[in-house]
Amino acid sequence: MSLIEIEDVVGGYGGAPILNGVNIAIEQSDIGVIVGPNGAGKSTTLKAIFGLIKVSSGSIRFAGEEITNSLPDKLVPKGLSFVPQEKNVFTSMSVEENLEMGAFTRKDDFSTTLDWVYDMFPPLLEKRHQKAGELSGGQRQMVAMGRALMSQPRLLMLDEPSAGLSPRYVLEIFEQIVKVNKAGVGILMVEQNARQALALASKGFVLANGQNRFTGTGAELIADPDVARSFLGGEAKR
Amino acid sequence: MNEFIFFFNNVLISGVVLGSIYAVGAIGVTLIFGILRFAHFAHGDMMTMGGFIAFLLAAACAALGIVAPVPTGFLVLPIAMVIAAIIALGIDKGFYAPLRKRGAKPVTLLIASIGVTLIIQGLIRLFFGSGSYSFFATEIKQLIRIPVPLPDVTRTINFTQPQLLMVVCTVIVVLALHFFLTRTRLGKAMRAMADNADLAQVSGINTKLVVRVTWIIAGALACMAGTMLALDVSLKPDLAFNIVLPIFAAAIVGGLGQAYGAIAGGFLIGFAETLAIFNWAILLRPFKDFVPFALPTDLAVVPTEYKLTVAFVILVIVLLWRPTGIFKGAST
Amino acid sequence: MTQRALILFVGLFILFLAVGWTMGAANTSLLLVQSFAYALIALGLNIQWGYGGLFNFGIMGFLMVGGFAVTFISYPVNGSFWSSEGPLMLARAVLAFAAGALLVVGARNAHRVGIKGGWKTVLLIIAWSAAYMVYRSQIDPAVKYIEANAGWVGGLGLHPVLGWAFGGLLAAGIAYIVGRICLGLRTDYLAIATIGISEIIRALLKNMDWLTRGTLTVSPIPWPTPVPQDLQAQGISIANSFIVARLGYLAIVIVILALIFFLVQRAYGGPWGRMMRAIRDNHIAAASMGKNVTARQLEIFILGSVMMGIGGAILVSFSQIYDPGAYQPINHTFLIWVMVIVGGAGNNWGAIFGALLIYITWMISDPVAQFVFNSISVRTSEWGWGAIPEIQSRASQMRVLVLGLVITVALRFAPRGLIPEVVKREA
Repeated sequence: MSLIEIEDVVGGYGGAPILNGVNIAIEQSDIGVIVGPNGAGKSTTLKAIFGLIKVSSGSIRFAGEEITNSLPDKLVPKGLSFVPQEKNVFTSMSVEENLEMGAFTRKDDFSTTLDWVYDMFPPLLEKRHQKAGELSGGQRQMVAMGRALMSQPRLLMLDEPSAGLSPRYVLEIFEQIVKVNKAGVGILMVEQNARQALALASKGFVLANGQNRFTGTGAELIADPDVARSFLGGEAKR
Repeated sequence: MNEFIFFFNNVLISGVVLGSIYAVGAIGVTLIFGILRFAHFAHGDMMTMGGFIAFLLAAACAALGIVAPVPTGFLVLPIAMVIAAIIALGIDKGFYAPLRKRGAKPVTLLIASIGVTLIIQGLIRLFFGSGSYSFFATEIKQLIRIPVPLPDVTRTINFTQPQLLMVVCTVIVVLALHFFLTRTRLGKAMRAMADNADLAQVSGINTKLVVRVTWIIAGALACMAGTMLALDVSLKPDLAFNIVLPIFAAAIVGGLGQAYGAIAGGFLIGFAETLAIFNWAILLRPFKDFVPFALPTDLAVVPTEYKLTVAFVILVIVLLWRPTGIFKGAST
Repeated sequence: MTQRALILFVGLFILFLAVGWTMGAANTSLLLVQSFAYALIALGLNIQWGYGGLFNFGIMGFLMVGGFAVTFISYPVNGSFWSSEGPLMLARAVLAFAAGALLVVGARNAHRVGIKGGWKTVLLIIAWSAAYMVYRSQIDPAVKYIEANAGWVGGLGLHPVLGWAFGGLLAAGIAYIVGRICLGLRTDYLAIATIGISEIIRALLKNMDWLTRGTLTVSPIPWPTPVPQDLQAQGISIANSFIVARLGYLAIVIVILALIFFLVQRAYGGPWGRMMRAIRDNHIAAASMGKNVTARQLEIFILGSVMMGIGGAILVSFSQIYDPGAYQPINHTFLIWVMVIVGGAGNNWGAIFGALLIYITWMISDPVAQFVFNSISVRTSEWGWGAIPEIQSRASQMRVLVLGLVITVALRFAPRGLIPEVVKREA
């Protein structure tokens, strides 16, 4: 039994479905990466898991429990967290308040988690009383990830964490994602920087037209000439 | 100096009192807008309703022979606020929640608030007719006079006991609200939802709970503002039409969605109104022996009948100059 | 018109017949004239909201303006005003107003002589204050003089239909100013701004005794058709004179309504209507197609307001009395919103149906409530709970509640109205 199991999920925003049978399975030790062309249903898959769009058939199980079409306020306490691609911080609130909002569903004392997040993202500690809206793009991404980690998730889902960041920050964010994973949090992310992301991935999923096209370890997918030609912009240089 | 005291009584004290009423009313408008993204036009009628609830309770107290050192209106205010908060929750459940569930646009909710306005007013008129009522039909409004220890000053600083209590209540409410919004989990969640409702949902914040809390606060504060207005002037079923403009002006000037902005906006509009209808000729009176020509006797910026224009002019200026309000409100 | 609409109109006709049968022909003819005037006003709102998506919560203001216009045009001339100093003083006030306007316009163009930024703002504020003071210095004594010597300005003694047209014109002027200031605003802001304008218009017309006699009211305002008294002079019985006179008035109102309805309907079916719908549904897309959204919206706002002005004028002529104190947002703004929402925003037939249905509901709520209360009261007295006190005044307040319930139910169960907008899809 994997941490999260997505089987033959079909769904969309009403009207024609965007997902036409997606299958994904991730362990808590994994970094899973979903890649694919625009409109393949990558972000939609994450939203379907998180109950933000309607799943019409198929099933989603988290730690063996059926969670299809559950809403976020039920999912977060179970150990799922989601970082949206855009507008993923509360701009008018301080960094620390942003982090506290991540712990909204927790009834216990979360100060050790707060320290842990500051450990993970040191720049946030010194800016903790600053408004999140005043931070740079990379720092905002850290706030967003930190907020999602405050609920002590077992699976962290990230929607294009590197979007809009300069190459230097992209590397930094990827390093942090690996660090979070090493701390025992499963990762499932959607990425446009496909080759770079697959390089970290222990599991990779290539989606097209709302369906799995290729599934394998990150290294396998990079090495697969079909994947490279169709989805990674040409074969890897040897 | 006497003239200055007159100015103090008529502009500053009245401005603080009026500003308090507007601020407390505008907080509700701005919170509802921040969380639910629609202009709740029935807020004026929720205030009127709150005033009538307090009036009924006060009448009940008087009938039971309960006497207190404060006017009965204030004594019953907490209970009235609780009742009004429950009714506000009921209004949301009965009128707005079904529309939200259907995915109606904010403008549909705005139109629905016309229905709420009419129903509240219809019920009030059904039970109370269209006449006006006073909290002080049986009690006396105590006047407080503070002599000014300066030579040649005969005028005293005057205000009524209810006015003093109103300002005290407003201060308490504003401090409590500040504490709630910055120190409590739910208050922060409310700010978070006003900031970014989608992210609040993703964070696992119970948005339905936040909506309920918003209605509780808005309903209770509307009741307080309505009672204060009734205590200061009088209680009429159509109070809302005169109050809804300054209150929305205050909320918009402060930036819709911004609680602190609404407070500042309320006082701004309150002072602007009292300053505009003040007869400035009075302040010139001491100089009448020093100038060779006759001083004008009426120098009010606008006649009292046109007090309403003040809030409106400020509103228009702010909308043209900084449409999101002085404190930069939510824009959708 | 669809079959559904046809059935609804037949139902409405039967309702009118039923009301006519119970309330008598004189009352029903009164009801008919007023409801058709309201239909014209509802058509105006339908153009603004249904076509243009523009929120107008200030209908009352436009009705008042129309009412003032017809009073001014058609009421007999007040000789004691024209023979006094009054006209001269008013002319001076108008000149002062013009001078003030020039000052403001000058300050607005100050950037041409090199005054920019903060200094221009300062200059603008000074210009506005100076203009205001100059105007007040002339108008205040004029007002005092007129009120003391002539009472008020009086009318011009012209034909009432001319007054209706002037009502439309005046409403158009006000709509232009309001639209220029407010139309760029978001819906909520537009709503509150229009409420503000209408409240200010009410405050002005109520307190400008020199112009409108304020709460003293003006009457009798002449009709364009023979009034009942004329007919009585011709030997028609009193009871019949009212019916005949009102039917004559009704004929004019229906002719005007039909004419405007025809024009609006044609315009809406044509390219102009398509553009308007495009702007309403997605003004960003429409703007990117090169449509001048703001100008079109201003156009539609003015057009709708003209109908409101004319409708307001017709109502005042009909009741023969202009009483600025009698205008209420419930009766003159929200009532019309309920008409359009219940009837079907975006559909002219719907707006007219809604207007007739809601007006009759509004008017019969009172007697029906009185009947119901009386019946209940009999029971409660029998049970020893005592009779319901003040039934008459309570019943007259019932219609507000009924109106609120009607719009709530409509939004819940027929959000697009009884005769909804027909959405044509090009294949």
